[in-house]
Amino acid sequence: MPSKISIRIDGELINAQSGASLLDAALAAGKFIPSLCHMKGLSSVGACRLCVVEVAGVGRLLPACTTPVQDGMNVTTQNDKLRRYRRTILELLFAERNHVCAVCVSNNHCELQALATRLGVTSVRFPYTFPRVAVDLSHRKFAQDQNRCILCTRCVRVCAEVEGAHVWNVVSRGVGSRLVCELNRNWGDSRNCTSCGKCVQSCPTGALAEKGFAVEEMTKRPEPISRLANLRGVHS
Amino acid sequence: MSRTITINHVTRIEGHAKIDIHLNDQGKVASTQFHVTQYRGFEKFVEGRPYYEMPAITARICGICPVSHLLASVKACDAIMAVTIPEAGRLLRELLHCAQFVQSHGLSFFHLSAPDLLLGFDSDPKLRNVVGLIEKYPEAARDGIALRKFGQQAIERLAGERIHPSWTVPGGVNQPLSTETRDWILSGLPLARSIIRRTLKTFKAMLDGFPEEADSFGNMPTMHAGLSDYEGRLQIYDGIMRFRDADGKVVASFAKPTEYSKYIGEASLPDSYLKAPYFKPLGYPEGTYRVGPLGRLNAAESCGTPEADQELAEYRQRLGRIVHSSFFYHYARLIEALYASERMEELLNMPEILDTHVRAEAAVNCHEGVGIIEAPRGTLIHHYKVDEKGAMTWANLIVATGHNNLAINRSIQQVAERFVDGNQLKEGAVNRVSAVVRAYDPCLSCSTHAFGQLPMQLRLLSASGETLDSVTAG
Repeated sequence: MPSKISIRIDGELINAQSGASLLDAALAAGKFIPSLCHMKGLSSVGACRLCVVEVAGVGRLLPACTTPVQDGMNVTTQNDKLRRYRRTILELLFAERNHVCAVCVSNNHCELQALATRLGVTSVRFPYTFPRVAVDLSHRKFAQDQNRCILCTRCVRVCAEVEGAHVWNVVSRGVGSRLVCELNRNWGDSRNCTSCGKCVQSCPTGALAEKGFAVEEMTKRPEPISRLANLRGVHS
Repeated sequence: MSRTITINHVTRIEGHAKIDIHLNDQGKVASTQFHVTQYRGFEKFVEGRPYYEMPAITARICGICPVSHLLASVKACDAIMAVTIPEAGRLLRELLHCAQFVQSHGLSFFHLSAPDLLLGFDSDPKLRNVVGLIEKYPEAARDGIALRKFGQQAIERLAGERIHPSWTVPGGVNQPLSTETRDWILSGLPLARSIIRRTLKTFKAMLDGFPEEADSFGNMPTMHAGLSDYEGRLQIYDGIMRFRDADGKVVASFAKPTEYSKYIGEASLPDSYLKAPYFKPLGYPEGTYRVGPLGRLNAAESCGTPEADQELAEYRQRLGRIVHSSFFYHYARLIEALYASERMEELLNMPEILDTHVRAEAAVNCHEGVGIIEAPRGTLIHHYKVDEKGAMTWANLIVATGHNNLAINRSIQQVAERFVDGNQLKEGAVNRVSAVVRAYDPCLSCSTHAFGQLPMQLRLLSASGETLDSVTAG
């Protein structure tokens, strides 16, 4: 039976279960910490760094999704510095790929776009890199557009941890990192893909989408996948 | 010594252009050139994108008539999916298109051209704009704003957004029509129609005041082209493309969109990013034809709605069966606005327009698709090729203003010959040269698929290429 511990988040004393992440504890207490790579029911990897928080006595920022709560922790989730860092991270995500919201199937239903709006990103101060990246339309039902990928790896984890197929991986490093299907196959040639669509429903942007949807039509439903993951005890 | 005049920029048009007028040794007009000065490259950068994104991408070519690109694009996508879309979907697309005709023709007539027509071609350029119009002819300005507002609001009610809506999708539309929206549009139609009727009456009363303009604004025999149905009734969403020669004889027609390339060739001009389509059987540049309101009414037998047909009969009685002067684009535009408002009522009163089956679904069944519609400015063609997965491999867009490119060039020459004399550009002459371009209601940002600003430039050049005079037309 996990024991209860006390932590302070933004000055407020809250009870949390030991072993929980800071992000889960904060969310359970009704606090807002932005995140893109986190998805309930999946393992946490701290990829997007949007959930960075200040912990008193720690000299660096910590990602809330991979930091376990400890008794007596004093956490700051909102201040000017954190807001600035988070906005900068979002701007870098936009600059790194070709996110053209106006013509995206997920326009108005995109977690990246919604977060940018919420955090007040009105422009991108960094030069766009305009990478030439692939669009894979080889799957019968689904489309993969790396122009809109933020490398959150939700698809990688949901496929490996919930569906058990492990179709997706990330290759290369840094700004050259790319999502790949198996050992760099076209998605349509995948030997493991069950076409379950969990990766599509988990994707926070329009990078993975159902084929045939026109602009603004693709809405995602990750909640049932989180519930399924919890039922199976994947990462509850 | 021969010279060249440059008008840089031409204003109250959509896009960015300049005009060169070359003078000969006697100071008379030797030749003119219409340059469209921006490049966009839509046809290239869409390669690799899924075909079903094309409506949203190509709609961004233009903010004035995105609906035209949306419709041409979804029709090309329907062809790629090889589906016949549900009847209600087809009717709703046409209804949206009619609403666009009302707003776009309203914009062209009232906001862009009425300052010339009502205030006069020689009036003070500082006041010769929509603000001057509001001061001097407030009721006309109010009418223009109200008409455009109605068209735009009808688009918004139908499609969710006034600009770049996502309602029209490959296979149909994504939401059926509600009775509330139908009733709202129906309730606004009488006002829109009374504005158009009033404006037609005013315009007809003014016609005799512009003998020189009517005579020299591109008054020339060319072919005319546009869509109409089997009986020759005007169609704006779907129909048979007909080419009629200057004597009114139908010289070519085709119903299958893919056949356009048999009849339409595209020439690249050295000084312009705007290509020059021509009628292939006659070759370049003999195969000049005109599209848009003038071309459509010349190409069609009738409009097919009662009031517009009555106006069309009077129009032909005044000007002949084939109207040659581009000055009458304005007149034809008003008749078409009347047609669009009548057609909207017809469509809204069809019970099947409320049907909830509005979309067909399919994947790639054909590797090539062509969509042809009549945009307010003329025939718009979207031609796509895709691979077996649905990724775009090639695109060709032929836009209304492109079809008119050769005719615009010839019209400029004619106006310049009549009104430009000597080394100096006189205000009235500059404005008339710009106004003849404006009569075509060109959309240069569309036609080059290029990002653009509004103004247009006019230059006067000597035979040796030296710039003698240069103005930004106002």
